[in-house]
Amino acid sequence: MTKMAKWPVLDQLTGPDRLGRGKAVKSKRSEHLTARLADADRVVKSVCPYCAVGCGQNVFVKNNKVVQIEGDPDSPVSRGRLCPKGSASLQLTTGEARRYEVLYRRPHGSDWEVLDLDTAMDMVADRVITTRRETWQWEQEAKRTRRTLGIASLGGATLDNEENYLMKKLYTAIGAIQIENQARI
Amino acid sequence: MGTSFGRGGATTFQQDLQNADCILIEGSNMAECHPVGFQWVMEAKARGATLIHVDPRYTRTSAVADIHVPLRAGTDIAFLGGIINYVIEHERYFRDYVVAYTNGPTLISEEFKDTEDLDGVFSGLDAEQRKYDFHSWEYQTGAVQAASGHREMEAKQADAHQQRHQAESAKAEAAHGESHGSGGAAAPGNPDRDETMQDPRCVFQIVKRHFSRYTPEVVEQICGVPKELFLKVCETLASNSGRERTSAFCYAVGWTQHSVGVQYIRTAAILQLLLGNIGRPGGGILALRGHASIQGSTDIPTLFNLLPGYLPMPHAGVDVDLDTYVAGEETDKGFWGDMRSYMVSLLKAWWGEAATPENDFCYDYLPRISGSHSTYETVMAQLDGTCKGYFIVGENPAVGSANAKMQRLGMANLDWLVVRDFSLIESATWWKDGPEIETGELRTEDIATEVFFFPAAAHTEKNGSFTNTQRMLQWHHAAIEPPGHARSDLWFYYHLGRRIKDRLATSSEAMDRPVQDLTWDYPTEGAIAEPSAEAVLAEINGYDANGAPLSSYEQLNEDGSTACGCWIYTGCYSDGVNQVARRKPWREQSWVAPEWGWAWPANRRIIYNRASADPDGKPWSERKAYIWWDDDKARWTGHDVPDFDARKSPWHRPPAGAKAAEALSGVDPFVMQADGKAWLFAPTGLQDGPLPAHYEPQDSPFANLLYGQQRNPVRQVFPRKHNRLHPSPSEPGSAVFPYVLTTYRLTEHHTAGGMSRWQPYLAELQPEMFCEVHPELAKARELEHLGWATIVTARGAIEARVLVTERMTPITVQGRRIHQIGLPYHWGPNGYSQGDAANELAAISLDPNVHIQEVKAFTGDIRPGRRPRGPERVALVEEYQRRAGITESTGMEVRGGR
Repeated sequence: MTKMAKWPVLDQLTGPDRLGRGKAVKSKRSEHLTARLADADRVVKSVCPYCAVGCGQNVFVKNNKVVQIEGDPDSPVSRGRLCPKGSASLQLTTGEARRYEVLYRRPHGSDWEVLDLDTAMDMVADRVITTRRETWQWEQEAKRTRRTLGIASLGGATLDNEENYLMKKLYTAIGAIQIENQARI
Repeated sequence: MGTSFGRGGATTFQQDLQNADCILIEGSNMAECHPVGFQWVMEAKARGATLIHVDPRYTRTSAVADIHVPLRAGTDIAFLGGIINYVIEHERYFRDYVVAYTNGPTLISEEFKDTEDLDGVFSGLDAEQRKYDFHSWEYQTGAVQAASGHREMEAKQADAHQQRHQAESAKAEAAHGESHGSGGAAAPGNPDRDETMQDPRCVFQIVKRHFSRYTPEVVEQICGVPKELFLKVCETLASNSGRERTSAFCYAVGWTQHSVGVQYIRTAAILQLLLGNIGRPGGGILALRGHASIQGSTDIPTLFNLLPGYLPMPHAGVDVDLDTYVAGEETDKGFWGDMRSYMVSLLKAWWGEAATPENDFCYDYLPRISGSHSTYETVMAQLDGTCKGYFIVGENPAVGSANAKMQRLGMANLDWLVVRDFSLIESATWWKDGPEIETGELRTEDIATEVFFFPAAAHTEKNGSFTNTQRMLQWHHAAIEPPGHARSDLWFYYHLGRRIKDRLATSSEAMDRPVQDLTWDYPTEGAIAEPSAEAVLAEINGYDANGAPLSSYEQLNEDGSTACGCWIYTGCYSDGVNQVARRKPWREQSWVAPEWGWAWPANRRIIYNRASADPDGKPWSERKAYIWWDDDKARWTGHDVPDFDARKSPWHRPPAGAKAAEALSGVDPFVMQADGKAWLFAPTGLQDGPLPAHYEPQDSPFANLLYGQQRNPVRQVFPRKHNRLHPSPSEPGSAVFPYVLTTYRLTEHHTAGGMSRWQPYLAELQPEMFCEVHPELAKARELEHLGWATIVTARGAIEARVLVTERMTPITVQGRRIHQIGLPYHWGPNGYSQGDAANELAAISLDPNVHIQEVKAFTGDIRPGRRPRGPERVALVEEYQRRAGITESTGMEVRGGR
C-alpha cells in the first residue's frame, strides 16, 4: 500500500466512516492504547472530600494503588461531574507532598525529628493525662463544672461523621469542652 | 434557620433547584465555589427560571445570571429588608400560607419595644453586660422555646421561666451568645392569635412596622443599588412566588461571616416565609457549605456548645441534673418535647451499663460550659496560659482563621500541639518559618511548645460518611490501606482513647470514672487495627435493649432501654443495613432519588413539606404538588417522605393537655417548633434581636442611615493588643482605612489551602495570592496590573499581586463613590502555591449567636509595592494605628457609635 492510501482522510472519504469518528482515523498505535481505567483491578465507590456538594467519585485501584479518580455518573447530585479540585483528588491522595512519617519538634528545638507512631501515640496520651490532671476543675465559683480548660481541639469539616463522633465522645469523657470545628469559621 | 423553621439544615436539596421559577443567589458565588451543584441552577434556567445574583463582585455566577446586583459588602439586611417592605406594602405576600403556617398572627408581649421605638436597639438591652434580656420579646400568654435543631449553631435561648431568670446572672458570659438552650418549662404551644393579622401587637403588624423604613430610596443609599434595579428584583421575586410558582434562595459564607451573620439568614427566612416558599418544590433556602461534612460537623458536633443532635451542652449552675436540664430544654409541643428520650439514649450510648435510672444515666459525667468557649475564646485562653494542649485536626488556623497572628501567638504559648494533616501546613511549621519569626516578634529557640505532626489518611484510605450540603449522608469506601504511618482520625482517636483508658483503668479518682465507664469497644480490622466505621455508624443510629438497630427516633425511650449516639441520624442504619451506602443510579429512580444515600431526618429530602399542601391537605397548585393528603388511604403521600405524621389528617386537632408530637395539629408543618409554626418573629433563640435590623459592619466607612445605632450592640469584640478595631465613620481616623475589603474563595483552592496548595495541578491554575481592584482605584493608588500591592489594616499588612478588573464595581452611597477590594483567602507561605494570608488583616469581631468572624466586610488601605520585610512590617501597622488614632477602646462601644 502506498503512503497515500494510508492517509486517513482518503480512508474517511472513500470508506464507510464518512464522519471520521471510527475506524478511518484509528492508527495502529491508538488501536492499542487503553485507558488507565481499563485494566484496574477494582472500582471503589467514594465521595469527593472537598466541598459539600457531595459529588460521587469512582476510585480505580490497580496493584493495591489508587491509579485514577473520576466522577461517578450514577450520582443524582453530580451526574458524573467533578470540578477542578475534585478532578485533582488523585494528587491529593497520592501526590508527593503527602507525609507518611510522624514528626516531632521538642521544646525550643530548631528542627523536626522523626518519631515512631506508637511512641508518639504514647507521648500524646501521657500529655493528655498530665494536662488534664494539672488543669482539672470540679467547680467554678461554687458551681459544678467537672472539666478541664487545659485541652482544646479544632477540627476541619472534611472529617467523617464517625470521626467527629469519636472525637466528641472521647473529649467529653475526659472533660474537655473547648472542642471546635471549621463549622464555626 | 433553626430559629426560624426548627431545624438547622438546608430546607431543600440541590436537585430541587431545577423546579424553581426564580433563584436568588446572594452571599455565594455558586458557579465557582460549588460548580457541580450549579448544574441544577442551569437546569432551572434552561426551564425558563430567572436567575438573580446579588454580590459585590461580578463573578461567573453573575455572568450567567439574568440580573446581577452589585451591592456594598455588609448591607444585605437592608437589601432583603427592603424586599420584605415591598412585599408587604404591595400586598404580594402569600396570605393563606402566612396565616396558616407562620407565627404572623401570633400576639407578642406588650412590653416589647422595637428598633423603631428605641433608635436601633430592641427592648431588654443591658449595655453594661453587652447582652439582651429576652423577656419582653415573648408571645403574649407565655414563652415558647426555640427548637434546638439549628443550623450553624444558630443559637436558641429562651428566658421565660422564672427559675431561668434567677439563673440568668450566672450566665452573664453565656449571654455572649452560646447556644446553651435554656428556656422556660411549660411554655404554651398555643399562644394568642389574631387570624386577621390586624392586631397591632401581632407579629405580622410588628414586622410590617419594623421594615417600613426600608424603602427603595433607603436601599439605594445604604446598599448602593439603584432604585430601578432594586424594584426589578422585588417584582421578579414576587411574581415568581405564590400558589403556582416558587423561588429558591442560595447562600454561603457571604452571609454567615458577619457580626450580624445569623440575622442575614433570618431576613431571608422571613422573606421566603412571606412569599410562601418554604417546604415546597422549587422553593426553600439552600445553605451551600464549603466542606464535605460541615453539616455533619454540626449534626454530630465538634462544637463546644452542643452534644450530638443539637442537644445543648449542660450549663454550670443551671442544668444541675437531668431533670433540670430536660425541664429547661423540652417544649410542650413538637418533637423537641421528647428530648429526654434523645438525651437518655445518648447517655446510654456513651456510658452503657454504667448509665442507670438511679444515677441519672451518668448525666453528671458530662462537663459543663460556663459561657462561650468558642475557637476564638480558646485562642484568648492560649494567650492567657489557661489552655495548654491543642489538637488541630485537618484544619489550618495559622492562616485560615481571622487574625492569623493571634492564632500563631496562641500556639506559641502552648505546652503541646498536635497537628494531623496530609502535608506540613502553616499550623505545623509556624515555630520555624512563621511571619513572627521573620519580623523578630518570636524566636524559634524561645518557643517552648512541643509539636507533634501526625500524617493523615485520605478519604480513599478509610470508610466513613460525609453529610453534604443538603443533609444527605453518603458513604465512602476505603480503596486501600493508608501508607506508612498515615492513619485515619478514627484510628487516631480510637487508639488514643484506648491508651488513655488503659492508663486510667486502675485509678480510684472520681474524675476518671467517665473515662473508665466509657463504651469504647469497637471492632478493629486489618493489619493496622482500623476501628470499624460501620460499627460507629451503628452506634450513632442507635439500638434497642437487645442490640437491634432502630429505624426511627420515635422509637427512643426515656427509661434507658434504647441507646443512640445522634437521634436525628436514627434510621441511617435501620434493619442493620448501611442506608448511607445506598447507590441506586439516578436513572433508575424518581427525580427525588430517595434511594441514594440517606438524608436526616428520616430520609426526607425537602423538610417541612407538609407546607407544600394547603391547610386542607391539597397541593397549593398542581404545578407545585409535592406531598398531599390522600383521603381514601387516610395518609399523606407524594414524591418524598412526609415530614409529618403520615396518618395525621389535616383536620386533626389535639385534645387539651396533649404533649410533644401529640400536641401538633394537622396544620402545624414546622414540627420541631414549640408552636408548630415558622417564625417571622423569633420570641426566643437569638442573642441580638427577634427581628433583623441593619447594622453596619464593625469596620465600615459609612454611618448607619437607619438608626442612631451603628453596629450590632451585642456583637463580640475583644480589646486585645493585636486585635485593634477601626474608628467609626464620624471619627477623623476613619479615613485612614478608606476601602471596603471582602474575602472570597476560588474554584481551584480549598479554604486555607491544606487540601489544595500542595497539588501541582491546582497550584499551577492559581499560583499565588492576588487582590482584585477596579481600574479607577488602580489609577488613584498607582497600582499596576500584575504588579504588587500592600494592603494594611490595624491588624496586619500583606502583599498581593494586583488584578485590575471592572468586576469590582465601585458603589455610590450617600454621595460618595466607594471602592471594594476582593481578597481570596487561601494562602500562606507553605506549599507549591504561596502568598500572604488575607486573615492577617481581619479582626476577631464575632456574631453573638454563633461566634463566627466578620471577614466578608471590613476596611483597609491599599498602596503600591511589596510590603516591608522584618520589623518594618510591624512598624507599618503601628504607624497606621497611630495615624488613625486607634486605642484599646476604638470601635468597642455598645450603644451609638455613629
